Amino acid sequence: MESVNSRTQRNFTVEPALFGMWVAIGSIVMMFAAFTSAYVVRQAQGNWLEFRLPEWFFLSTVIILLSSLCIHLSYKEFLKGNTANYRNLYILTFVLGLGFVITQYLGWNAMHLSGVELTGNPAGSFVYVISGVHVLHVLGGMAALMVGLLKAFILPHRVTAKRVTRFRMMAHYWHFVDVLWIYLLLFFMFQ
Amino acid sequence: MAQTQVAVQDVTDQLIEKYGYDDHFHDHHDGDKYQSNFITHYVFSMDHKMIAKQFLITGMFWAFIGGLLSLVFRLQLGFPAEDMAWLKPFFGKWIVLNDAGVGTLSPEFYYAMVTMHGTILVFFVLTAGLSGTFSNLLIPLQIGARDMASPFLNMLSYWFFFLAGAVLFFSLFLSTGAFSGGWVAYPPLSALPQAASGSGAGMTLWLLSLTLFVVSVLLGGINYVSTILNMRTKGLSMWRLPLTIWAFLVTAIIGLLSFPVLVSGFLLLFFDRSVGTSFYLSEIYIGGQALDHVGGSPILYQHLFWFLGHPEVYIIILPAMGIVSEVLAIHSRKPIFGYKAMVFSILAIGFLSFLVWAHHMFVSGINPYMAMIFVLFTLIIAVPSAVKVFNWLATLYGGSIRFNSANLFAIGFVSMFISGGLTGIFLGNSAIDIQLHDTYFVVAHFHIVMGVAAFFGLFAGVYHWFPKMYGRFMNEFLGKVHFWFTLIGAYLIFWPMHYLGIAGVPRRYYSFDNFESFAHFGGMNQFITIAAVLVFIVQLIFVINFFYSIWYGRKVKVKNPWGATTLEWTTPIKPGHGNWPGKIPTIHRWSYDYSKDGRDFISQIEPLSEEEKKTAHH
Repeated sequence: MESVNSRTQRNFTVEPALFGMWVAIGSIVMMFAAFTSAYVVRQAQGNWLEFRLPEWFFLSTVIILLSSLCIHLSYKEFLKGNTANYRNLYILTFVLGLGFVITQYLGWNAMHLSGVELTGNPAGSFVYVISGVHVLHVLGGMAALMVGLLKAFILPHRVTAKRVTRFRMMAHYWHFVDVLWIYLLLFFMFQ
Repeated sequence: MAQTQVAVQDVTDQLIEKYGYDDHFHDHHDGDKYQSNFITHYVFSMDHKMIAKQFLITGMFWAFIGGLLSLVFRLQLGFPAEDMAWLKPFFGKWIVLNDAGVGTLSPEFYYAMVTMHGTILVFFVLTAGLSGTFSNLLIPLQIGARDMASPFLNMLSYWFFFLAGAVLFFSLFLSTGAFSGGWVAYPPLSALPQAASGSGAGMTLWLLSLTLFVVSVLLGGINYVSTILNMRTKGLSMWRLPLTIWAFLVTAIIGLLSFPVLVSGFLLLFFDRSVGTSFYLSEIYIGGQALDHVGGSPILYQHLFWFLGHPEVYIIILPAMGIVSEVLAIHSRKPIFGYKAMVFSILAIGFLSFLVWAHHMFVSGINPYMAMIFVLFTLIIAVPSAVKVFNWLATLYGGSIRFNSANLFAIGFVSMFISGGLTGIFLGNSAIDIQLHDTYFVVAHFHIVMGVAAFFGLFAGVYHWFPKMYGRFMNEFLGKVHFWFTLIGAYLIFWPMHYLGIAGVPRRYYSFDNFESFAHFGGMNQFITIAAVLVFIVQLIFVINFFYSIWYGRKVKVKNPWGATTLEWTTPIKPGHGNWPGKIPTIHRWSYDYSKDGRDFISQIEPLSEEEKKTAHH
C-alpha cells in the first residue's frame, strides 16, 4: 500500500498488501465462523423457530455471482488494455453489488411480513444479524469499488504494478464476500 | 573493551557494505516525508520505532491508572472498617459519608474499579503495551525491513488504540459510573442497562472502547503477519528468525483469529442491549418485573467470549516469552537451548490455545463429558510450557550470566511462570475447579502466570532495548532496586491468596462481614494490601528511571552494547527512518551464535567461515 516498501521487497512471493488482504479475510472468516457456531450452539438448546428463507435470497445469490464474474472479466480486460470493456464491466460489478444489497433488503422485508421478527425467536434474529453483517461487508466492498470506479474513469488506463495489485486486492475481496454469502445461504438452508 | 567494540563496529559497516542489499531506498528522498515536522514525527508518525514508543508510553499511562484502581479496591479489602473520608476529594460521591463523618467506599464503585482494573490491564497494558510496543519496534529491525508492510495502517492501529483508551477513560467519569459487571462482561449484567448503575452508559462506552481496541489489534496484526512473512531480508529464512519474531508472529495470528469472534459476541450483545433481541437473555425478572426476552442463552456469550478470552492470555504471554528467550540467551552468552523445540512449543501453545476455552466454564453448566475434553487439552498445554521452562533453565546453565536489570527480569519471568503455571494444573482439572473456581486461588494463579510474568517480560524488554529506542541506558542501580522489590513484593501479594482461595474465599466480593468463616483472614488481607501499595510505589521508581534516562541516561557509545547477534544492533545508535543509512544487511546464519569457535558472538550478517561451511547445518 505504501510505496516505501515496494522497493525493499526481496524475499517475496506475494505483494505484502495483497497478503495483508488475505490475512484480513481470514479474520472475517473467523467472525462468521463465530456467528454460525453460535447459531448451532443455540439451535441445539431447543425452542427454535423453523421458517423458510425468503425467495429474494436466492435471487440475490444469482446477482452476487454475476457481480463476481463481472469483476473477474473486468480485471482481464484491464490487463489486456481494453479500456471500454474494463470500465463497463466495472460499472456492472458495482450495479450488481447494489442489486445484491437491495434484494437482501427485500428479503428481510419479506421475513418481516411473514412474521419472522428481528426481536422474536433467536432463529430469526440470527438470520437478520448474520446476513446484515454480511451486507455491511458488501457495502464496505462497494465503497472500495467506488474509489476504483473513480480511478477507472479519471486516470489514464495504464497497467502498473501498483494498480494490478490494487485491482487484485479488490477482486479477491469481492469474490470472498460472494463465497461467504453462498456459505451462509447453504448454512441457513441445511443447518 | 572499548577498542574491540569500535573495531567490531567498523566490521559491521564493512559487512553491510560488502554483502548488503542495495534497495535504492535513500535515492529518492526529497526530504523525509515521514519525519518532516513535529506532527508527523511525534504524533501521526508512520515510523515503526516511533509508533512503538507511542504504544509503550500509552501503555505505561494505563498501567499507572490500572494499578492505582487496584489500590483503591485493595484498601477496601484490607481495611474495610477504616474511614475512607480522605478519598472523598478524589472520588466524590462514590465515598459515602455517614452521620459521624466516617466514609465508606460505595459497592458500585468497588465493582467498577475491579472491572476497569481487569479491562485496562489485560487489553490496554499487556496486549497493546506489550505486543504493540515490541512487535512494532523489533519486527522491522530484526528482519531487516525498512518499515512495516503498511506504515499507514500501523499508524491507524495506534490511533484506534488511543481512541479506545480515550473512550474508556471518559467512562470513568460518568455520573452513573464505569461498567461494573467484571472484565468478562457476562450477560445479563452487561445486557440489561437497568441491571446495575454501570450497566447503562458505562457499558455502552465499554463496548465501544473494546470494539475500537479490536480494530487496533486487527490492523496491527495484519501488518505484523504480512511483514514477517513477506519482508524478511535476504538469507533470513524462518529457521533463522530470533524467537522474538516467532513469538510476535504467532501472537498476531492468534489475535487475528480470536478477536473477530469477540466482535461477533459483542455484536449480539449490542443487539440484546439496544434492539431487544434475545440472544443471551432468557426469562428474566428484574426489580420484580418480568422482561419479554425469551429463549436466549447466557452460556452462548461465555463460549464466544472465552474463545477470544483464552487465546488472549497467550496473546499476552507469548511476546513476553519471546523477549525472555532473546534476553536470556544474550545475557548468558549462550545460544538459546533447543531453538527448534522453542519454536514448536510456541506453535503448539498457539494451536492449543484455541481448544481450551471452556475450562473457564466448568461450573457454568456445561456437559461434564465435554468438560473432560477441555481438561485434557488444558493439561496438554503444560507440555510445551514445560519444554520452554526447561530450555530457559538449560540456556542459563553454565552461561556467563550478566546479572543486569534486563536479565534479572527475564530470570524473574521464568520464576513467575513456573510458580503460576503449577497452579494452572490444579485449576485445569474440572473436579478440583469445583472447589477452587471464582476464589482467590484463581486470582493468584492468573496474576502470577500472566500478569506479573508478562510485566516481567515487558520490563526485561524495556531495559534491554531501551538503548535502541533512546540511544541511552537506563540506570542499572534503580533497575535492580526495581527488580528485587517487585519480585519479592509480587510474591508477597499473590502467595497468600492461594491460602485464601483454598479456604474458599470468593473473589470479587466487596466485603466478608457476613462470613464468619472468613473473619480470621482479615490480617492476611491487610498484609496483601500493604504489599500491593509498596509494590505500586516501587513501580514509580521504574517510571522515574524511564523518563530520566530518556534525557539524562548514560549515552550509548557503540552500536552493539550488549554484544548481540541480531540485526537491530547493526543499525546506527539512533536509526533514522528506513533503519539502515545505506544498504540493507543480509543474513548468513541463525540468530544465536554466542560463544562459538572461541568468539564471544558472531553477528548474523557475518558470512560463514570456511570451517563452518564444512560442518554447518543451520
